[in-house]
Amino acid sequence: MGWQLIRGYALLVYVFMFLPVAVVVLLSFNASQFGSFPITGFSFRWFIELAQNDAILRAFRTSMVLGLLTALISTTLGVLASLALVRYRVPGENVISTLLIAPILVPEVVLAVALLLFLNFLGINKSFALLLFGHVLFTLPFVILVVQARLIAIRRDVEEAAMSLGASPVQTFFQITLPLMLPAVLAGALFAFTISFDDITGTLFWKPGGVETVPTQIFAMLRNSISPEINALGTVMIAMTVGLPLLGAAIARTISRKSGV
Amino acid sequence: MSSVTLQNVVKRFHRFTAVHEVNLEIPDGAFVTLLGPSGCGKTTNLRMIAGLLDPTEGEILIGGKRVNDVPIHKRNLGIVFQNYALFPHKTVAENVAFGLKYRDVPKAEIAGRVQKALDLVQLPDVGTRYPKALSGGQQQRIALARAIVIEPDVLLLDEPLSALDANLREDMRVELKRIQEQIGVTTVFVTHDQSEALAMSDRIVVMSAGRIEQVGTPEEVYNTPASEFVASFLGASNILPARITGQDADTVHLEDPLFGAVPVPAAKAPALAGASRAKLVLRAEKLQIVAAGAPTPGMIAAPAFVETVDYQGQTVRYFVRVGNTQMQAINMIDERPYAQGEAVQAAFRPKDCAALPES
Repeated sequence: MGWQLIRGYALLVYVFMFLPVAVVVLLSFNASQFGSFPITGFSFRWFIELAQNDAILRAFRTSMVLGLLTALISTTLGVLASLALVRYRVPGENVISTLLIAPILVPEVVLAVALLLFLNFLGINKSFALLLFGHVLFTLPFVILVVQARLIAIRRDVEEAAMSLGASPVQTFFQITLPLMLPAVLAGALFAFTISFDDITGTLFWKPGGVETVPTQIFAMLRNSISPEINALGTVMIAMTVGLPLLGAAIARTISRKSGV
Repeated sequence: MSSVTLQNVVKRFHRFTAVHEVNLEIPDGAFVTLLGPSGCGKTTNLRMIAGLLDPTEGEILIGGKRVNDVPIHKRNLGIVFQNYALFPHKTVAENVAFGLKYRDVPKAEIAGRVQKALDLVQLPDVGTRYPKALSGGQQQRIALARAIVIEPDVLLLDEPLSALDANLREDMRVELKRIQEQIGVTTVFVTHDQSEALAMSDRIVVMSAGRIEQVGTPEEVYNTPASEFVASFLGASNILPARITGQDADTVHLEDPLFGAVPVPAAKAPALAGASRAKLVLRAEKLQIVAAGAPTPGMIAAPAFVETVDYQGQTVRYFVRVGNTQMQAINMIDERPYAQGEAVQAAFRPKDCAALPES
C-alpha cells in the first residue's frame, strides 16, 4: 500500500516534469494557425516554415559555432587543468581547484553581470569572442569535474610502465592516458556543448548587438507573439540536447567495451 | 645487462628521510632482493633506480654510468609492478610490443619477439585477448613478458607476487626465478615476504627504517643475522640476554641464566671482541621440544612447559615457558603434538645458535 502511494507520487512528479515538454512536441506537429490546443491536424508545416526563417537559421548557425567552439576550448583547457591538478603537485592546488569549480556555485546572473562590469571597466566592447569566453567560463567546471574523476581512476603505474618501456611523457599521454580517459573527455565536451547551446541568461548579457543564439531568438520571438514555429524549434532543440548526450554515451560505451576498460 | 651501484644515496621527502646514505653494489646478472617491512625504504630505492624518484643526495650508476639525470624512458629498464599495470585498452600482444615500438625494432621482427616472450612466460596463445580477460597470475606473466621483451639492462620487480593468492604465488616464484636464470638479467626484487626473498635471491639486502641492516646470501642472513632486527624479521627467533665468559679461536662461551653455558661457534658470533655481554639468538625452528626426562644427547636442555599450541598440519608452533621467559619453537610433528600445559624440555644444539653484540 505504502509503496503504491510512493509509486503513484513518483509518477506524478515525472508527469509534472515532462508533460510540458511533451505538449510542445505534440503542438509542433499541429496544423493549426495558433501554437495551442485544440489540435486540428497533423502537419510538418511549422518545421518547413522554421527551415525557411532566416533569423532562426542564422541564430541556429551562431549557436552551433558557439557551442562547438565552447566545447573545443573548454575540453582542451579542462583536460590540461585536470592533468595538472591530479598528476602534478601544483602550489595552491586546492585554491585553484575551488576557483575553477566556482562558476557552478555562483548564480549565473551574478557571473554574467560581473563579467560585463569587469570588461566595461577594462574598456572592452561586447563581441562574439567575449560571448565565447563567458560560455567557456561556466562550462569549464563541468568538464573538469568529469575528467578529473576519470583521471583519478587511471592508475599512475600504468603510465609509469609506459615510460619505463621507453615512451616519453608526451608519448605516454597520447598512447596511454588520453585513450583511457577518452570517454570522460567526450562526455565533458558534450556537456560543454549542450550547456552552451541551451544557455540564455549569460548569453543575453554578453551577446553583441545583432547576434542571436537559438535561445535568445526564441525569447525575442515570444515577445511578439507565440508562433507555432517556436514549438517546432523547441522540438528540434529537445531532439538535439537529449539526442546528442545519448549518442555520446552510446559511443563512449562502444569504445570502452571494445578496449575492455 | 648491467651492474647497479648506489653510492651514498639519500632520499628525503620534505623533512622525512626515507633512505639514509645507502651504499649498495648489485653485480651484473645477480638476483638481489630488497627485503623489509613496509616503510623501510625498499620501494623508494627501487623507484630511484627506475628513475621514478630523484635521489636527494648521492649517485646511482647503471653499468658504471651515472644515471641521476637520465629520465626513466631512456634508462632501458624492465619494471614489473605489484598490480601488473597492463594497458587495459591494448591487447596482450600490443602490450608486449609496446616497448619495442620505441627501440627501432623492424616491424617484421616485432611479432616474432612478442611471440618468443609469450612462449617464455608459457602463455603462447593469449596475444589477441585483452588483459581483462586474463586471471591475475596470467596478467602478471604478461607484465613480465612486456618487461623482458625489450632486453632491459636491469629488471626491477616491485612486489610482483603480493597481489596473487598463496598457491599461485609459490608457482610464480619458481617460474620467475626460472625465467630470470634463463635470460640472466640483473634483477632487483622488492618484497616484504621473507620466504620469497630466501627462495629466490642470490643476495638479500635487509632494510629497516631507511637503512641497510645486512647484505648477504640467503644462508648468511638466515643463519648469521647481523642484528636483532634481521634475526626477528627473517622467521621467528628467540633472543636471550647472555654473559660472555670467555672467547677462544673458534668458540665464544656464553652463559645464559636459563640454559647455563652455551658455546657458540665464533663464525656465528662476529663483532663481540672485548664485550662482556651479548644476545643469544636461537631460531624457533632450531628449538626442539622433547618429552620430559627423555635424553638429549649433544643438546643443551632446560625444563619447560607448553603454554600455547599452534597446530599447522605438518609442523606445529609452540609457545613454551622456560623459567620466566616465553620462547617459540617450530617443530615437525612426530606422531602427535604436545598438549597445552604439558611439562616438556626445550633443547637445542649450541652450533645452531648465533650471538649478537648487545646494542
